[in-house]
Amino acid sequence: MLRLDHVSKSYRVGTFGGRELAAVRDVSLEVAPGEVVSLIGESGSGKSTIGRMILRLTSVTSGSITFDGTDIAGLAGSRLRGYYGNVQGVFQDPFSCYNPIFKADRALELLRQPYFPDLDGRRWRAKVERSLEAVRLDPGQVLGKYPHQLSGGQLQRMLVARALLLDIRLLVADEIISMLDASTRIDVLNLLGDLKARGLGIVFITHDLSLGNYISDTAVILHRGEVVETGPTGQVFDQPRHPYTRSLLASVPQLHRKWERNGHPVREPAGEGD
Amino acid sequence: MSGGPDLQEELAAATPAAPPGAATAAVAGPAPRARGRGEVLYFARRNRKLVAGLVVVAGFLVVAAVGPLLTDHGPNDYVGPPSQPPSADFWFGTTTFGQDVFAQFTHGLRSTFLVGVLGGGLAGLIGMLIGFTAGYRGGVVDEALNMLTNVVLVIPTLAVLLIVAAYLRVRGVVPEAIFIGLTSWPWVARAVRAQTFSLRTRDFVDLARLSGAGGRAIIVREVAPNMSSYLLMSGILLFGGAVLLAATLDFIGLGPTSGISLGLMMNNAVLWSALQLGMWWWFVPPGLGITAIVGSLYIMNVGLDEVFNPKLRKL
Amino acid sequence: MSQVTLKVDNLQVWYRTLRGDVQALDGVSFTVGDGELVGLAGESGCGKSTLGKSLIRLDGRMRHVGGTVELDGKELPIGDSERMNGFRFKEVSIIPQYAMSAMNPTRRIGRMVAELLESRGVRFEGQLNELLRRLELVGLDPEVLERYPIELSGGMKQRMVMVISTLLNPSLLVADEVTSALDVSNQKAVAEALVDFRDRHYVKSTIIITHDLSLVYQIADSIIVMYAGKLAEKAPTDTLVHAPRHPYTRMLIGALPEVGVRYDTKRLEGIPGSPPSLLDPPKGCRFRDRCPLAFDKCAEEPPFREVAPDHAVACWKAF
Repeated sequence: MLRLDHVSKSYRVGTFGGRELAAVRDVSLEVAPGEVVSLIGESGSGKSTIGRMILRLTSVTSGSITFDGTDIAGLAGSRLRGYYGNVQGVFQDPFSCYNPIFKADRALELLRQPYFPDLDGRRWRAKVERSLEAVRLDPGQVLGKYPHQLSGGQLQRMLVARALLLDIRLLVADEIISMLDASTRIDVLNLLGDLKARGLGIVFITHDLSLGNYISDTAVILHRGEVVETGPTGQVFDQPRHPYTRSLLASVPQLHRKWERNGHPVREPAGEGD
Repeated sequence: MSGGPDLQEELAAATPAAPPGAATAAVAGPAPRARGRGEVLYFARRNRKLVAGLVVVAGFLVVAAVGPLLTDHGPNDYVGPPSQPPSADFWFGTTTFGQDVFAQFTHGLRSTFLVGVLGGGLAGLIGMLIGFTAGYRGGVVDEALNMLTNVVLVIPTLAVLLIVAAYLRVRGVVPEAIFIGLTSWPWVARAVRAQTFSLRTRDFVDLARLSGAGGRAIIVREVAPNMSSYLLMSGILLFGGAVLLAATLDFIGLGPTSGISLGLMMNNAVLWSALQLGMWWWFVPPGLGITAIVGSLYIMNVGLDEVFNPKLRKL
Repeated sequence: MSQVTLKVDNLQVWYRTLRGDVQALDGVSFTVGDGELVGLAGESGCGKSTLGKSLIRLDGRMRHVGGTVELDGKELPIGDSERMNGFRFKEVSIIPQYAMSAMNPTRRIGRMVAELLESRGVRFEGQLNELLRRLELVGLDPEVLERYPIELSGGMKQRMVMVISTLLNPSLLVADEVTSALDVSNQKAVAEALVDFRDRHYVKSTIIITHDLSLVYQIADSIIVMYAGKLAEKAPTDTLVHAPRHPYTRMLIGALPEVGVRYDTKRLEGIPGSPPSLLDPPKGCRFRDRCPLAFDKCAEEPPFREVAPDHAVACWKAF
């Protein structure tokens, strides 16, 4: 469905644009319908840039991104709108995704004119309510409110509801739960899992390996703009082959495994019994 | 993780299948209040600088609207005995030619406000157009518009005006306003550009792009409303600046060749030695008028800044 | 623990707002022993940051409403900012959240440290050797003192701030979300540095404030879990993670995805609802509305009581 072929992105930096900064280097990957692909990497790995390129928010320097065989770089006007009817994105900071001076449901309203100009008020409202219920939000509680009156989890779910209004086939989720509390994170993750079960493809961008492991089918590990390892999630996490993947896995704090340094655990157990 | 499976079971047994969000006691924080309009008006009413400035400017506006109707002669007609101090017949006295200073003042106020609105409005329009375009597009367009802004900024306006004055022997208020509009916009363009740059990278602009909106729609619907307080304050500054600039130009004789304005009054007063002759009623009203209007506008702006910026508010 | 570094007794700190007082910290009592590294965990709005901040500096909106804080047996005058000046940096120190932006961007780092020390009446030259030694411990090159903050990466800045905050060997160090903004590899380095500082007696005791339970599991001796301005549970780390007694702690641990846990094999559950508003907190146990084990006694607020040595819980079901 989505295919990246040797995609690279470089920026000109420095005074007079002398130097080149390669944010993404020769990345190729594929997303099949209903597949969840995790882009895992630290900051500077280029994962967010790839997400933006897929969403056509940033241009591609070289290589191509094709959706159903069509190169997305050439899309404009109504064809671009058509692309956005199939591919949407949700970003990291739920509060900055909403224009603070308008009500939160305006984000959904904005889609009405370009995509559903013929729907009358009642049918539009019904559609919006169905979308909100699909993300397990109570329409009565979230419609008509300003963004600062809602919680981060509700705002993120509303963004997913917005994407669902369009009956999309691919969702780019860029660090969408890193700013949420632990107790709401898992709800949004489970929601993504349910959507995947209904056939939605997801590009899940994260720096947190445990999250990537929870819902993704394929894991792509990125380091400094390059793909260092990729494969089915279970395989990559159980038998990492690249040293960077291994060091990443070793540094992640886990509740069932203690960090070690020179053979001793970092924290010496205090010696009390349970 | 030890204790894992039985914990889950215990909790599963105790938890009914409650949908998340149903048990929300109070949504993220204190009770919701109407932000935006309601809050702004609340603070606006209580801000003394804003209210005082507004009252003064409004007062002058009323005088400008109503004043000329109180006299049935024109400002430049010779209606009374020359050089008379204020009296019951002529509230502001007369000039050396016997013109009614009060009539001149009220008509002058009108033209002053007209120049302010036209000149300031034109400057604002140009500045915003260039600023938004440069800030949103970036790249080559930005570079080119920047160069244009810098050129206009650097042009010695007075010299150009002298040349223009030499060519246009007869000038009215509108050409003056146009000239002011065409030369006062650079700072607005710069500021709008800077803010547009920063707003453009915000996520909600990206989301608007993902909704299929074009550049112009995004600027008008997403970016500009977020800058509305700044645009309002810039508008006020432009208006005040235009009034001041017009008065200055009139005063040095580069203003309209016909009609009357506060600056022209002061020009005439100086030309005909009003100061030396002790005819204070000729130059004090226009001088005071301009000072009061422009000063009040600036004070209003300071007050508005406090209203819009939550950090400056006194609780 | 033989000696106690910090003793907090029924501390209450509220925030003044337009709409009334937010009771951010509502009667919190606990102790931190000598050499102990305590993790203070909880979600946003639970009061952990307020607790950390009130131990060092109440900002303009905060009010010390009740309770006492004792450091090394002496009372800490937290409500009085002037008198606290004598304690700050020397006896109690903080590594703030967003330490990235805590350094003056227009000063070289060495000069900033010198100015900071001079403001406390300590000569920079006397501390230079110690400073260099500590820089080496956290893996920073001595020439970093000649650089401007913008030239350092996020992890380096965080470690630099750690060194600066602990330079005068405070009794108590408060680390406020020091790893949240860092990459995974930097997180581990910073967390390990905190343990090293304690092991080398640069710092006597440390309170680590975080929302990341798995991180604090790696380095803390005991963990305190807070909810809605009150303490929910305090226990030695292994006990808290493997045998928690408070329902909130259990549900929190149950909601953490781990490497190895997959959605289709074992679906994790979150905690429905959201924390109560602290403007007008509910009577009784604050977790009651979201707790699956709630019963009628929960209408009365449970005390924070010990149920086992060093293990205290605030829940009727746990007693």
